[in-house]
Amino acid sequence: MLEQDVLREFLLESTENLNRLDSEIIELEQKPADKELLASVFRTIHTIKGTCGFLGFPLLERVAHQAENLLSLLRSGERRLSPRLVALILECVDAVRKILTNLEATQKEGPDEYGGLIERLTTAVQTPEEVCELPLPPTDAAPVEAEKSSAVSESAIRVDVGLLDKLMNLVGELVLARNQVLQFTTQKEDGALSATAQRLNLITTELQENVMKTRMQPIGVVWNKLPRLVRDTANACSKVVRLELDGAGTELDKTIIEAIKDPLTHLVRNCCDHGIETPEERAQAGKPPHGVISLKAYHEGGQVNIEVADDGAGVDVARVKAKAIEKGLIRPEQVQRMSEHELIHLMFLPGFSTAKTVTNVSGRGVGLDVVRCNVERIGGTVDVSSTRGKGTLIRLKIPLTLAIIPGLVAMSGGECFLIPQASLLELIRLEGDSAGRIERVHGTPVYRHRGRLLPVAFLNEILGLESMIQNDAVNIVVLQAEDRQFGLVVDGIKDTQEIVVKPLGKQLKGLTVYSGATIMGDGRVALILDVLGIGQRSGILANRDTQNRAAATVMAAADSGSQRILLFRAGSFSRLALPLSLVARLEEFPRSQVERAGGRLVVQYRGGILTLVSLASVLEPGSPGDGQGSGDPLQAIVVADGQRSLGIVVDQILDIVDETVAVRQRTVRAGLLGSAVVGKAVTDFLDLRAVLQSAAPEWLDRRAANGSAVVLLAEPSPFVRGVVRGELEMAGHCVVEAANATEALHCIGNRPVGLVLAAANLPPEGFEGLQDAMRQQPALSGIPVVELPSTESGRESMLASIAQLATVVEQDSPAPAIAVEGLV
Amino acid sequence: MSSTAISQYATFVVDDLFFGIDVLRVQEVLRYQEMTRIPLAPMVAEGLINLRGQIVTALDMRRRLGLSPRTANRLPMNLVVRTEEGPVSLLVDEIGDVLQLESSDFEPAPDNLAPAARELVQGVYKLKDRLLLVLDPDRTLEVNEFLEARPAGSN
Repeated sequence: MLEQDVLREFLLESTENLNRLDSEIIELEQKPADKELLASVFRTIHTIKGTCGFLGFPLLERVAHQAENLLSLLRSGERRLSPRLVALILECVDAVRKILTNLEATQKEGPDEYGGLIERLTTAVQTPEEVCELPLPPTDAAPVEAEKSSAVSESAIRVDVGLLDKLMNLVGELVLARNQVLQFTTQKEDGALSATAQRLNLITTELQENVMKTRMQPIGVVWNKLPRLVRDTANACSKVVRLELDGAGTELDKTIIEAIKDPLTHLVRNCCDHGIETPEERAQAGKPPHGVISLKAYHEGGQVNIEVADDGAGVDVARVKAKAIEKGLIRPEQVQRMSEHELIHLMFLPGFSTAKTVTNVSGRGVGLDVVRCNVERIGGTVDVSSTRGKGTLIRLKIPLTLAIIPGLVAMSGGECFLIPQASLLELIRLEGDSAGRIERVHGTPVYRHRGRLLPVAFLNEILGLESMIQNDAVNIVVLQAEDRQFGLVVDGIKDTQEIVVKPLGKQLKGLTVYSGATIMGDGRVALILDVLGIGQRSGILANRDTQNRAAATVMAAADSGSQRILLFRAGSFSRLALPLSLVARLEEFPRSQVERAGGRLVVQYRGGILTLVSLASVLEPGSPGDGQGSGDPLQAIVVADGQRSLGIVVDQILDIVDETVAVRQRTVRAGLLGSAVVGKAVTDFLDLRAVLQSAAPEWLDRRAANGSAVVLLAEPSPFVRGVVRGELEMAGHCVVEAANATEALHCIGNRPVGLVLAAANLPPEGFEGLQDAMRQQPALSGIPVVELPSTESGRESMLASIAQLATVVEQDSPAPAIAVEGLV
Repeated sequence: MSSTAISQYATFVVDDLFFGIDVLRVQEVLRYQEMTRIPLAPMVAEGLINLRGQIVTALDMRRRLGLSPRTANRLPMNLVVRTEEGPVSLLVDEIGDVLQLESSDFEPAPDNLAPAARELVQGVYKLKDRLLLVLDPDRTLEVNEFLEARPAGSN
């Protein structure tokens, strides 16, 4: 047990020392005559060597011993520091670090692979090739300095982070107790009590601030590693780079420090590799041969700003543009509309890299997007500005601490829930008449938000709570998760609070809707909502579990009554319509997700592949454009049939209207059924069958082939025939059309018909006429004949008539003729 | 364990059953604490309590043992158990004394114990006037196996 503790202590101390060593050696390279630095480096190596000899790590001791020998020669002035020796010492430091890592993981030193290194060290010690070319001025400052530094180490003590966390919790509880005491004090008139309470108040506040500070670390902890990194990277690219650090004392929470370590390292490496030019290029541009990378950290408005600047070539916007287009990350038309600032930010797209060659340093295109991801994950932001030829400035804004985040307190079912402010976009309050503005697309609530349809979920429905709201105002919290926006309806919104996030116990690990819990000001526990989990549970965000459910609802019939019509725009058709009953979902796909497979445009959708077809190109073959519709993201109407879906790409979804279609007119254009007046404007009705025929013919073929019965549709109006036919075909039936009784009888004679759907006004003698004619032929008398409710009356909607048809068929038809599940 | 080994148990009552739990696993005992319900959580997870700044899940022992629910006017007590992942509270009907018991009085759990209880009971101490069931704290806190999610709207 004791040995374990000693080892742990040794590892902790040595790792800390090594980190310091890196930057000291680099500094030493700049200032080879600095006796103090050299003494410090020597001391560190000596300490490691001494301790590991005591603990019995022979390999580590050997490496450290040789390094010490070399350093002692340097210290005594017998040898001058050369770049070669610096490299050698750095190599030693790496070897020591590697052995320490092994020790930490396995408590063994690991394989002895340092023979070569030790040999080279020994040679370097023994061959005095560079002896005393420039002897160092002898100084005797070293011993004095040593005493000074040991005094510093005695003023600090190492504390376990767990202990600090515990301390922080206790302080939080103390704050709550203090609040209660203060409340009591106001009720009692007692001078001594109020004075004591006041004092308690002050002490508690001060204690809280100071305990918070114990978790803070200077950003210099991360920066320590950068001089070495810059040196190595610059050497690898044959560049000369100087690193300037400003504000290394700026403090951040320990967890944040951990989180920004990698992004920062990456940015600095990027500056070295891409930003700074080679000395020749710099000379041509009239700049000094050595480039400068400067890092600056400072507090501003409760956040920490970290700036990484270089005086290199700056971002070549034209090349960024070209590269983004070449990699298919963006379309040429989009680029035209973008500002320079936006263009520079294209660098943060996944898969982007402008490096001409892939080096071992960077250029693999997995850099800046990862930086942005990491920074955004801790609630920070990244911003870039660049001047061509002058340099680039990348600014990170980072919150001070992760443990305390701002959150919105929302009410649902009488309970408080917290929503992290980071995923919050805006709050909408609907009052009075506007409260009814949440509409439903196929049972899915949506809200028309500045011309766009925002999917909406109800928090109390998701969590199974009783709504407690009395008034009819609706509060929508607009949230962002996974590039998608959705609205969450809550009972009420209180205020925002700084909350301390605490994890939930393992008994609750399976709950994806919460990301943790927190303690509110009154001491009660409140749950923190996980926006992603809420989105998935409500079915708004894609999730494997919800896939099946979505497929099941796809063909469910809409409410009977008046017809719901989806209005949209595509190509030169400014107002197109499709009955909502045919629509499975409305989706948006970022253009970057669109791929090409089998000559078609596809996107990955709900774990499968969704074929996209551009409506504009179906309606206007050969029309200009790229055949994908315009705009980014793409707007698509998804129609589905069981497991199969098709995305019809349109330019814009306009509206959903609830109305009875009045005046109609047949059009001859392929892909359209005809025009009608919807919402006081002439609207073209889409012929879904024609669209499918041209875009996904196999869909219809499969239908015809699966042996479901044929429905004969006898109706004089071609327009009505088209609409009803669409409905029937979407439900999986094969449809033949007839305009009058003679045609109908002819059709029935030619092929097996399972059901006849006839209009009341069918020429020449109406519905009854056809029915009578069929009864007279024994072969046809068994076929059910159903009256198609007169659409001219306008009262019955098309859908209701189909639903009615389905019921009748179920009751009357002895044959398992028609699959009706899609309609009822 | 030698035949005369002595163990200490913190005792409590759930319904009409008398339980004991290794006293070293018990962090503390609290009277009823206000709880925050957890919608969609497993039925056993009754709520979250604030234990001096720590958020602790409270498991209802009646539900855990498959017993009838507690009557509304009877507030449960909290028996806070230590675990590696932090404390968890067991909601019990009454808290009893800490008993020192000799292993000679110990017997394995009878086979005819209700299945929900049997998997949690390590054995039985035969006391003068009643039997003490020894609860396995780790199994008791292993909630996932028999999880039934709280149906929507049952809160």
